[in-house]
Order: sequence, then C-alpha cells, then structure tokens
Amino acid sequence: MDFALSEEQQFLQSTVSDYLAANCTLDRVRDCVKDFQTTDPNLTEGLVALGVPGVVIPEEFGGTELGYLEAALIAEALGGSIAPFPFIGTSVIAPYLITHAGSDEQRASLLPKITTGEIQFGIAFTESIGRRVTNPTQANDGRLSGEQTFVIDGSDCELILISTEGGEVFVVESPAVEREELKSIDRTRSLTRVKLDNTPCEVLPGTVDDPTLLSHALDIGRIMIAADTLGAAQTMLDKSVEYAGERKQFNRVIGSFQAVKHMCAEMAAELEPCRSLVWYAAHSVLAIPSETHLVACHAKAHLAEVGQFVARKSTEVHGGMGFTDLLGLHYWFKRIGLNRQLLGTPDQVREEAAQAQGW
Amino acid sequence: MDLEYSAEYEQYRQDLRKFLDENKHRSPGMVGTAFTGEEREKIARDWQALLIENGYAARTIPKEYGGAGQEPDPLKAHIIAEEFARYRVRPGHSGDNRLVPTVLDLGTEEQKRWLVPPTLRGEMTWCQGYSEPQSGSDLASLSTRAHVDGDDFVINGQKIWTSGAQRADMIFCLVRTEPEAPKHQGISYLVFSMKTPGIDVRPLVTMTGEATFNEVFFTDVRVPTTQIIGKRGEGWFVANNTLKYEREGLGDPNQAESRLREVVAILERETVDGQRIMDNPVYRDRLLRLQGQVLAMKYNSMRILTSRSKGEEPGLPRWIVKLQGCELNHQLAGLVIDALGELGTLYYNSPLLRDRGMWQQRYMMDLGLIIGGGTAQIQKNIIGERALGLPKEPKYAEVSS
Ligand SMILES: Cc1cc2nc3c(=O)[nH]c(=O)nc-3n(C[C@H](O)[C@H](O)[C@H](O)COP(=O)(O)OP(=O)(O)OC[C@H]3O[C@@H](n4cnc5c(N)ncnc54)[C@H](O)[C@@H]3O)c2cc1C
Repeated sequence: MDFALSEEQQFLQSTVSDYLAANCTLDRVRDCVKDFQTTDPNLTEGLVALGVPGVVIPEEFGGTELGYLEAALIAEALGGSIAPFPFIGTSVIAPYLITHAGSDEQRASLLPKITTGEIQFGIAFTESIGRRVTNPTQANDGRLSGEQTFVIDGSDCELILISTEGGEVFVVESPAVEREELKSIDRTRSLTRVKLDNTPCEVLPGTVDDPTLLSHALDIGRIMIAADTLGAAQTMLDKSVEYAGERKQFNRVIGSFQAVKHMCAEMAAELEPCRSLVWYAAHSVLAIPSETHLVACHAKAHLAEVGQFVARKSTEVHGGMGFTDLLGLHYWFKRIGLNRQLLGTPDQVREEAAQAQGW
Repeated sequence: MDLEYSAEYEQYRQDLRKFLDENKHRSPGMVGTAFTGEEREKIARDWQALLIENGYAARTIPKEYGGAGQEPDPLKAHIIAEEFARYRVRPGHSGDNRLVPTVLDLGTEEQKRWLVPPTLRGEMTWCQGYSEPQSGSDLASLSTRAHVDGDDFVINGQKIWTSGAQRADMIFCLVRTEPEAPKHQGISYLVFSMKTPGIDVRPLVTMTGEATFNEVFFTDVRVPTTQIIGKRGEGWFVANNTLKYEREGLGDPNQAESRLREVVAILERETVDGQRIMDNPVYRDRLLRLQGQVLAMKYNSMRILTSRSKGEEPGLPRWIVKLQGCELNHQLAGLVIDALGELGTLYYNSPLLRDRGMWQQRYMMDLGLIIGGGTAQIQKNIIGERALGLPKEPKYAEVSS
C-alpha cells in the first residue's frame, strides 16, 4: 500500500507549477483577460511544449498517456495559477471520450491535433446535468437542433462536443453554430451559449449504446474541477499565511492575533484532507473504476464547499486589500466560484452520490 | 500510488479475519451485558491476553515487557485497526497508550519491568494527573508541589478532570519540584499507586450524567524518589511525550467511518409521516456532506500511514487529525439527533429510546473530546504556529500574584 505521489508525479507537477509561476503571473493573466479573452497563445504554446494536452492521450496518437492522477496534478497547478487554458475539456474530457467512444478515424484525425494544440474543444454537456433551457438539443438524421447553454471553453474552440438526453455525444464544428459569449465572474475561462439549427454533426459511435461513457466522462471532468479548486484554494491559503506574517497592526504582525491565526489554521485543516480525496478520486479512474463515480461526486462537492470556505476566509485575512482589484485575490475567488457550479452543483452531485449507494 | 496490499499483507489480513471469526465471541461486548463487574473485567483481561499472544495487541512492545515483540509496521497496525472496526470487536490495547510508550522511551530498565507487563495485562490501570483547577491549557503553570524528604517526594496539591481516577490503580502525575525554576523547567513526572495514603478522590459528574472524571487531592502523599520518569525538572519534556501519543489516538477516521454506517442504518430505519428519513432531501444532503468529509479524512490517514511506513514525518496531514476528526464525530451524532426530532432528545433509559441513547451520549462525549487532550483552540494555535509557521503571540507581561 503506497498512498503517495511517485517521484515522477512530483516532478511533473513541479515542472508545470514552475513553468506557470514564471509564465502565468497575475499581470499576464490580467493582461490576457482584459478584453474577455480566455486563452493566451503564448501560454498554450508553452504548455503544449510541456506535453500538457497529451497527458491522457495514447502514445500512438502523440500523447504521453500518463494517466488521470497526473492530469489532476496538472489541473491543480493550473488552478493554483488561475491559468487561462482550456485543460479540463480539451485535454481531459475530449480525449477520454474520443479514445473510448470515437471511431478509428476520429481517433486518428482528432487526438494528434489535440496534443499539438491545433484543436480545442468546447464541452456542451448541460443537457446531461441540469437543463435550464426549454428547447433541448435533439438529433435528427445526423443533424442537431436546439440550444446549449454554458458550453465550457466554447469561445476559442474549433470543435464542440455536445451531449443529448440519451447520453449520446456528437462532434460539431464551431463555425457551423451560432455562438454567444456569456460573461461569468471568472474571466479566466469562457462560457458560451450555442444555438443549433439543423447543424451537421458526427456522433461518437461508442456513446450510442453505452451511456456510461458520458457519465464516466462527467466524473472525470468533476475530478479535474475539484483538482483545479484544490490548487486555487491552496494558493489562497499560501497568500493568507504570507500576508498574515507580514502585515502589521497594533505593532504586531496580524498572524500573531489568534483570530487571524485560527482562520489560517481552519483553512489548512479543511483543505489538507481534500488533497487526499482528490488524489484518491483521480487514482481510482484507472485503478478502481468501480469507485470512481462515488468519489468523483464527493470530490466535486467537498472541494466546492471547502473551496468556498477558503475563498471567503482568505479574503477576510487580507482585510480591505483582499477586496480590491489591486491585489487580484478575487481572480482565485472567482475561479473557485465558477468551479463550484460547473458539471453539477454540490447538492446535485451529492444526490447522485446518494443514489449511487442505493440510499 | 498503489493501493493494493502486497501478498504478505493480504495474507496477514486473511489470518486476522480467520482469528476474529473463530474468537470474536470471546471479546467483551461494548455495552452492558448480563455479567457482573468482576466477570466483565476477567473477560476483558482474557481477551487482551489472547490478542497479545496472537500479536494483535501490544504488537511492538518487546516480549520481555509482556508485549508481542514484533517489528513496527504501520501497515499491519492499520490492518488490525481496520478489521477490528469492521467486525465491531473491541480492539486490544497497548496498556495505556499514553503511559506505556513514555515509560518505554524514557523510563529506567527497572521501571519498564515494574510498570509495563502488568499494564499490558490490564492488571494495572492508570489515570493521568495533569490538569489542575488553575492550569488547564496552560498546563506548565501547574502548582501541585513536591519536596524531597529523605528518600521520598512529599506531594501536596490538587488535580482535576482526572478521568478514571476512581478506578485506577496508578497515576502518572505532574508536580512542581523546582519552584524557583522557570515554569517549564520546574516540573517532574511521577508515577505512584492511587492507594498511597493522603490521596482523596472525589468524582465529578459530567454532562452525560456519569462520573467519568474526578478531583484528586493530595495531602502529604509520600512517593519514593525512584518513582520519577526522566530527571527532576524534566517532567514537561516527559509529559509532552505522553501527549503526543494521546492526541494521535483522538479523531481516528476508522471510528468516523463505522459511525457513518450506523448513521445510515438509523436514517434508513426511522420514518416521519411514513417517509424514511433517508428520503428527506435535507437529511440526505447533510449525510452526504459528512460522508465527503469522512472520505477525505480516511484518505488523509492513508497518506499519513504511507509517510510513516517510509519513516517520514507526515507533517500537516497529521497535525489536523484531532481537530477535524473529533469535530466530525460530533457532527455525525448531531445529524442523527436532529433527524430524530423529539426522539433525539430522549435519554436516561427513557421509553422509546433509540440505540440505547448512544447518540446523545456520543454527542456530549465528543464535545468532551473536543475540549480534552488540548482544546480545539489550542489545536489551531499548534497548526498555525508549528505547521504554518505563523508567529506566536507576544508574551503577556508576566503577572505575579
Ligand atoms: C472528557 C475530558 C477528559 C479529561 N481527562 C483528563 C485527564 O484524565 N487528566 C487530565 O489531566 N486532564 C483531563 N482533562 C482536562 C483537559 O486536558 C482540559 O480540560 C483541557 O486541557 C482544557 O483546560 P481547562 O479545562 O482548564 O480549560 P481552559 O484552559 O481554562 O480553557 C477555557 C477556554 O479557553 C480557551 N483557551 C485557553 N487558553 C487559550 C489560548 N492560549 N488560546 C486560545 N484559547 C485558549 C480554551 O480553548 C477554552 O475554550 C479532561 C478533559 C475532558 C473534557
């Protein structure tokens, strides 16, 4: 029994973190997102060079196929640096579905282009999580009609993966649909509304008879979001501890006030076990798939709660400065805020977890 | 990362299961049985002896001191804890998880032979004489005195919250032997019989209605100077060694996991207006929230275990266990109480009582554990200062009274 990261895994994570610390500074992020841009071409190039988009793609298609725990470690690093990079959809959900549900042709044509950063995917799964529109997407004779709200990473993508009620997943070319950018609190990632009107599409054939592929993809996406929140919350905690150790009031560093020290201790005490939960969930994808659904739901929900707690407490530790745009802490606050609602709100995934246990 | 146990450990687990299947009927029941107190004590002692003989209790304590004499192996220790919890069978003990390791670490050869074997057999039981009315969290300020007279220490003063003092054979006790020294350097750690003349034990009833702890008064209590663990004036260091072992035992995630199963059982059994409580979305959601925390703590403990088995210091994951684990147990009990409505308030062997009243009992007892062994606030100080490196509070100008 060995519940720890291997040296290779630690090395991978620190490589990505170090790269981001140097190349994805808050100033760079600010600069990138100021006109509602949600990707940074330089950053994409650098992460492609590190092999990030190929982390779960088989070697025969140009990936490194390291696995989902490795993917979660990358997601954590990206969240820690609030990186504007479409990782969860393009580098994890899409490769998973194309690898396991795509035709030979789809695999051969799509996967290599993901590893090189040539194509990016929007993920339109709201139909399968909680539909908030009245005209659901329907497939008819190889064409799709309807509406998809809250498409993840839909703004700069070449292709969109769209799910329909029965769990089938289709690939659609972005220029063929009508798109409208939504503006969420988190400016480091895009949310898009898409309208389909007899739009040509291609089904991922594996999803036609096997709806579990889509639900498994959702679980994997949830784990990645949980990991992203873990990274973002860890940064907020680190910043709090640093600030509490420097800022002085009443001739004392504020970290020596128990009210402040205890906020930091509570953040640490809540967050540290989350790391183990995320590791376990990510590890389960390949090693113990029978447990993945349950632990993915729990990781998603628990990280949403703890993330919200940390985001709020960390802001308080920073006083008025925490509330300013100047300090930029709110970028992490908002990243955690968007993560909380994506691919299922905490109460929704907890209900799924209850059902999964026959309760 | 590899969560499989190697064949050696799987075999170890299978052997343990076989042992439990064959012997669990000999284990002491958790709550009131038809036996008298004396018979119950014998059952407990026989059970302990059987466990040591088979290497399932006092595992790493050398044979010459009455233990099983096996190599330290955190994974085996974990498998034992897991399987006993799964079987709901009372695990053995390593004597007293606070005193025995301390004597083994810091006692003389003679003290080890005198104290450890009977403690492991359950024939010598202990209480912890640390807290005093004016010295709780600020333990080092304690004022129970001991001066040397001939070959004896002569002790005067008072302890409080001494759990089990009314039944214990022995006490390990902190006393001030060097009144002029700075507060941390004037304390000694003594061990002596509770039958020593001059000891007066007065039970204190707790909120649960039971008298689990006591006030203990010392009037000219004479204890041979040989009955000191460590050196004179080094008792603070010895005591911290004890506390380290004590805190590790509080907030155990195995306990939270088995408690969660009991919560599920009662929510599936009880109904309100004909609807299972489990089908009430509010309680369902609360249950699932707690399950998420239980899982996080369970995997956190796997991480600690891995560090330990590699001989590494686990760091932050370990510092948070007492704080988080005790709170979680308390919340689990609180959920059941809420879900039961008025039924949840029943106690004192009332008609209609559910689960023998254990949910209220636990809810209260857990609050005691949140306070005892270092309060939640003190835990947060420790996490903030030792794990996160935040500065200590400036010292209050020492007030002499
Ligand atoms: C069930 C139970 C069993 C016990 N068994 C034993 C036993 O067998 N032997 C024994 O010696 N003792 C025992 N104790 C005593 C226990 O160790 C003390 O109660 C505990 O250390 C707190 O001390 P106190 O009660 O004096 O509270 P105080 O120290 O007076 O604390 C009161 C409040 O002040 C807070 N506080 C105090 N100092 C600080 C600080 N520096 N920063 C922030 N907050 C602070 C505390 O957190 C608490 O909220 C037991 C206690 C309980 C509840």
